[in-house]
Amino acid sequence: MNRLKDRLGTTLVWLSGIGVMLLLAAIVGMVLVRGIPALSVEFLTSAPEKMGREGGILPMIVGTMLLALLAVPLSGILGVGAAIYLAEYTVESRLTRIVRLATESLAGVPSIIFGLFGFVLFVMTLGFGWSLLSGALTLAFMTLPTIIRTAEESIRSVPGIYREVSYALGAGKWQTIRRVVLPSAGPGILTGIMLALGRSVAETAAVIFTAGSSLKYPRTLFDPVRTMAVHFYILAREGISMERAYGTAAMLIILILIVNSVALLLMQRFRAKV
Amino acid sequence: MHERRIERLLTCAALSSIAILALIILFIFKEGIGAVRHTGVLNFLVGSRWSPSREVFGIFPMIVGSLWVTVGALLLGAPLGILCAVFLSEFAPPKIANLARVSVQMLAAIPSVVYGFIGLVVVVPLIREYLGGPGFSVMASSIVLATMILPTVISISLDAIEALPSSYKEGAIALGATKWQAVAMVILPSARSGILAAVILGMGRALGETMAVIMVAGNALSVPTGALAPVRTLTSGIALEMGYATGLHRQALFGMGIVLLLLILGLNLIASSVGRGVRR
Amino acid sequence: MLAKVLVRILMLLAVACSLCVLGCTVERRGEHSITVAGSTSVQPFIEVLAEEYAKERPDVTVNVQGGGSSAGVRAVLTGAAELGMSSRALKPSESAVRGILMAQDAIAVVVHPGNPVLEVDTVTLRKIYTGEITSWQQLGWLDRRITVIAREEGSGTRGAFDEMVMEDAEVWPGCLVQDSNGSVRETVAHDRFAIGYISLGLVNASIRALSIDGVDPCFESASSGEYPLVRPFLFVVKDEPEALAKEFIDFVLGEHGQAILAEEGLIPVNARTAN
Repeated sequence: MNRLKDRLGTTLVWLSGIGVMLLLAAIVGMVLVRGIPALSVEFLTSAPEKMGREGGILPMIVGTMLLALLAVPLSGILGVGAAIYLAEYTVESRLTRIVRLATESLAGVPSIIFGLFGFVLFVMTLGFGWSLLSGALTLAFMTLPTIIRTAEESIRSVPGIYREVSYALGAGKWQTIRRVVLPSAGPGILTGIMLALGRSVAETAAVIFTAGSSLKYPRTLFDPVRTMAVHFYILAREGISMERAYGTAAMLIILILIVNSVALLLMQRFRAKV
Repeated sequence: MHERRIERLLTCAALSSIAILALIILFIFKEGIGAVRHTGVLNFLVGSRWSPSREVFGIFPMIVGSLWVTVGALLLGAPLGILCAVFLSEFAPPKIANLARVSVQMLAAIPSVVYGFIGLVVVVPLIREYLGGPGFSVMASSIVLATMILPTVISISLDAIEALPSSYKEGAIALGATKWQAVAMVILPSARSGILAAVILGMGRALGETMAVIMVAGNALSVPTGALAPVRTLTSGIALEMGYATGLHRQALFGMGIVLLLLILGLNLIASSVGRGVRR
Repeated sequence: MLAKVLVRILMLLAVACSLCVLGCTVERRGEHSITVAGSTSVQPFIEVLAEEYAKERPDVTVNVQGGGSSAGVRAVLTGAAELGMSSRALKPSESAVRGILMAQDAIAVVVHPGNPVLEVDTVTLRKIYTGEITSWQQLGWLDRRITVIAREEGSGTRGAFDEMVMEDAEVWPGCLVQDSNGSVRETVAHDRFAIGYISLGLVNASIRALSIDGVDPCFESASSGEYPLVRPFLFVVKDEPEALAKEFIDFVLGEHGQAILAEEGLIPVNARTAN
């Protein structure tokens, strides 16, 4: 009886493991197989025509990158600053616990709520309208917890001896942080930033309600922009052009895979060092 | 002094988390409370008719919808996720384990709209052909969501399992247990609070998902009568009508946002107190 | 080392992008652009028109935005947009603005091409949408449940359908809801037992439009008024439209613009006034 349970259990476990890998392969495979054929040079360098029925996705690529590259440095600076504070300047206290709780909670808030929030605050109240600015600010807030979490972990992992040596040599606190701790925690922090970048690129719900869905190139910070994820959503749902939908999705996945692979490599390098 | 200024700046940065969370709660509440008061809190939550054109706002079917879909996702995703975590930590040879870990991380990176789309072109027709109903259903949503919460459940369960002292497993094996017995009788029970936290966080993720659900749920306004019935969740209800809504209608959508936010924040609090022993 | 370099590159890129984008903020805002906001049913057509218009007038940017007919009216009232788009007649409460008819759109009731049912009358249609009629058998086909598809509340198309077909009856809460013409079409195209309603201009070979009250939905029957489910597409303006906006309106109402609209499946104004 026990042998049977044992075999059953082991089989289930193996099935689960292999199953998950197969799942990923199936999903990514399906998108890439149908999408890569559509990825011609023309597709990637021209604008959509007839609302996406023809043409390419260059404005979307540009829009996605602009949005992510505006959002991530913002949350990066804020997040790393918060992480430094939590790791270096305080001991565990009520304040730090509250900050941590807030960060955890923020991490759990669904993207649609961020979309609503960004809509009320940036688009309406502050009057930015559907724009790169509104979208970037919203995404910055959304990715903040990720950066705080990874940055804090990295900073904490820097061995205390580094700091002690630095102080012993006469350096001040901030000097130590800037010259010793941060460079050492660098890869880990960068991982967090890359993860945030990946998240910004993939996000849809928060972006639709704040950055709009215009098909044109954004020329100012206040222009609406359509990201690849949003474009894919619209093309696929409305059956405008399945070919281009898959192409957009393939491009999106490739981009995200690249960003995440870099993050993973950095993380492995970071773990190896520590 | 220079140092003081830096410290003050960093303090502000740290407080930003709290500030943002507070802002979100504030704004969502402010925008939504009007409609909730207009209808009456109880009617809003328990009313089963949602008819914005007649200014009737009852979100009960959507609360039920969200819960059904989430429970379904957990039933499918939690066991699979936990077993996969066990696979990664105990059963997989190193090379395969690495591949599997990378797979999990990649799964987490796929945009939700892609999941939704694959659900739309693969899962929905399959359900419609072989199981009946319109295909857009609780089941379709649960399947898609289960896939989406896998990375969360797997990685946090994995952390919980790996945080256990190796003496637990070694002790069990020394006593003559097989690998599976060690897992089932020692490891899983010991890691249960961390695993529970993983499941609760997965639940939060499932509750909060929007785009994928809109594409496969059918978005019908009635309380779903079965797994094959179409359903509308809180999240898709908001996203569906947000584009056009004005005035009281928009406020009601924000009211739904309040309910959603409270549900998820509550779940998160439970998860963090349950999983307190787990190193994240 | 690698990390540091990457960080520097990221930061540089970000700063470069921001400067680039900010630098462009100098000109362009308002000078030679107009914003057209409102109905998402009208939006795709205005976008195609804007594309064509840009060929004639490359110095003018036409920004098209959705939000719904009501939002379009509000945008014009507050000045957020120079022109509004509406896919329904203006309400009495919206007297501060006026509408300029640019085209008409017929709403087609569509089914899967494999569905043998060819026509339906308004009363039966209403009963399908209130849930009174649930099986295709009641329409002469197999005993299978009708998958009823509606648009979401707030959509101009839904509003028009509710007004013209439902009158005051309430739509059955069990019907599926999709949030665009395109997704309704896609859903019906893949489900043999589905029924839905979309803009006539979007009907293609993947679905079939039913005759309503004995009238086939097509260009002629819609423009003559025989086909019952027709709704106006309006430009919404406050008093006199300003110069750039007026030029765009003239373009849309002119021969070229109307030809484009007809090509896209709408009923041009000129054909209507000839009635």
